Amino acid sequence: MSLGEDRQVIYMDNNATTKVAPEVLEVMLPYFSEQYGNPSSMHSFGGSVGKMVVGAREKVSSLIGAQPDELVFTSCGTESDSTAILSAIQSFSDKRHIVTTRVEHPAVKNLCEQLDTLTGHKHKITSLPVESDGTIDLNRFEESLTDDTAIVSIMWANNETGVIFPIEEMVEITKNRGILFHTDAVQAVGKIPIDLNKVPIDFLSISGHKLHAPKGVGVLYVRKGTPFVPFMTGGHQEHGRRGGTENVTSIIGLGKACELAATKMNDENTRVKALRDKLEEGLLSNIPSSILNGHKTLRLPNTSNISFEYVEGESILLHLDRYNICASSGSACTSGSLEPSHVLRAMGVPFTAAHGSIRFSLSVYNTEEEVDFIIDKLPPIIANLREMSPFWKGSHPGQVGGANCKCSC
Amino acid sequence: MWDYTDKVKDHFLNPRNVGEIDSPSGIGEVGSLACGDALTLTFKLGDDGKIVDAKFKTFGCASAIASSSALTEMVKGLTLDEAEKLTNEDIAKYLGGLPKEKMHCSVMGREALEAAIANYRGVPIPMALGELVCECFGVTDLEIKRAIQESNLRTVEEVTNFTKAGGGCGKCEDKIEELLREVRKEAKEEIAIEEQPKRLTNIQKIKMIEEVLDREIRPALKKDGGDIELIDVDGDFVIVSLRGACVSCAKSQTTLKEYVEKKLREQVLDTLIVEEGKV
Ligand SMILES: Cc1ncc(COP(=O)(O)O)c(C=O)c1O
Repeated sequence: MSLGEDRQVIYMDNNATTKVAPEVLEVMLPYFSEQYGNPSSMHSFGGSVGKMVVGAREKVSSLIGAQPDELVFTSCGTESDSTAILSAIQSFSDKRHIVTTRVEHPAVKNLCEQLDTLTGHKHKITSLPVESDGTIDLNRFEESLTDDTAIVSIMWANNETGVIFPIEEMVEITKNRGILFHTDAVQAVGKIPIDLNKVPIDFLSISGHKLHAPKGVGVLYVRKGTPFVPFMTGGHQEHGRRGGTENVTSIIGLGKACELAATKMNDENTRVKALRDKLEEGLLSNIPSSILNGHKTLRLPNTSNISFEYVEGESILLHLDRYNICASSGSACTSGSLEPSHVLRAMGVPFTAAHGSIRFSLSVYNTEEEVDFIIDKLPPIIANLREMSPFWKGSHPGQVGGANCKCSC
Repeated sequence: MWDYTDKVKDHFLNPRNVGEIDSPSGIGEVGSLACGDALTLTFKLGDDGKIVDAKFKTFGCASAIASSSALTEMVKGLTLDEAEKLTNEDIAKYLGGLPKEKMHCSVMGREALEAAIANYRGVPIPMALGELVCECFGVTDLEIKRAIQESNLRTVEEVTNFTKAGGGCGKCEDKIEELLREVRKEAKEEIAIEEQPKRLTNIQKIKMIEEVLDREIRPALKKDGGDIELIDVDGDFVIVSLRGACVSCAKSQTTLKEYVEKKLREQVLDTLIVEEGKV
């Protein structure tokens, strides 16, 4: 089938959300209609649903090397992040220091920023900077830990650049110091292998809709023995760790999605990675003044974040949208919002490049044909927009960055 | 995803008059790369005093490009006196409307036009003569006042949507608030401005807290052999240290929240939060 004219969607925005896998949808469907029992009920009609939840719990735990009873099902990745951080500061109420990074997802970043007003207690937040390739300095991390540190919350992989942090090493450094360790692994789970048998993490967040399960379901892993204070109190569900009747269908879907992810992990890290690399190399070599954002190898296999200098992200996206190509941009051109992206700014990406960043995030459903189509369509779009840009002077040989671009902000 | 009109989409996807006129009659350059959008407008004046050609180069989002394209179409055939009267609202109307967060794109178009006309006439850009209010985006009080008047703006957020002022560090928000009050008063819309609860400065706060501590709290604690010292005031957080018998008292946290905090909230400010400082 020829692409473009027939409006077939080319979806390369899988870090935003993913398609529910057909196999996942199939196992979910009966639990919307015929098998609608409550897993907590005493009758076998509900009990059979309860067994499915147990099965799903086992499948999720085996993907990450956890024990089934170490999982708490939640409503999303954001709830998992909030639960972990709020639990830690309540468990260690005499400690008021939190270590995190400048590139966290808003689910962690904004929570930490608003913690004082939320809890009525004053906290000290250390937001670690990152290098220009988005990686973190382990020495600096070690130096940031104090006796007052209640929790470390650092993402496993970054949603915008795909850069992977050395979580195993950080956990090793933190071990035996009475500090809890939380990682937002929303972007990592299902894309790269994770084995919690080997890494003594206290809390780990998962979101269903990033790995081909539906939106509105998440997991918080809580290591056995880690102190825990529930975020939602109510019934005895989840062993009293999260009240509320389970989102049964989605949990069953998530179980299936985790099972599938395990079987497709190899494909993701070989074929999908090769597609990503082909796309990336094709764009970088065909478009002058384009720069890769983030470390080249310490990165998720599916993510590529590229800046096209002297053009603005939203206009690139809308041109791509004409071909039904879905991607996203770190640029936020709303009323004078300078912040192109807090992640790129933390990496020190210059303004010339930060406003024109595009993130492609692939999945196992992408094809080589789609990659070729984008490599064909994007270069003229960028050339066309640059033609229109007052800053583009034909070419900027070897010049990257806006050293002479003045702004007081 | 922005809800753009078909006209905006058309002018974005098929922009008219892209480029720069050779030896133009006037040229206007506004915005900067750092700020996320910029526009260079050039025009050529005919012998009859009317604009015969106008071209633009724009760096920015879809609505910035569409506004620029629309502007160049609108000014052709106008005398400078007529062109001068174009407002950003006219540009937005021509495009069938813009999302409110994007109104600043139309304002940028109008300002480029003003700059280009000033350039032709050899006079300074009128709006630049004002006092600089927003340092991040270089917006003057004249620009803000005009936007408030012409577009009937009521809040700081609306001013930011239209002019970008206040959208950076936010330092100038108080000043924008002042300008809003000033302009709306002039417009004889003196809807009795509600008496706002007074904002206390830190010094005032500290003084009042010390007074309440001296007058009521300390004497009460001293009866039980305790004492209290004010260490710091940081926004709403009042950091204190308990002394004497309070240090070893199991109920000290309760005293802090139920008694000290309650008293201070009643008599100083009801948002205060009392915390024990770590030494
Ligand atoms: C790294 C990261 N953390 C947390 C979230 C939030 O997940 P959810 O949408 O399930 O709340 C996201 C999703 O955007 C993410 O990418």
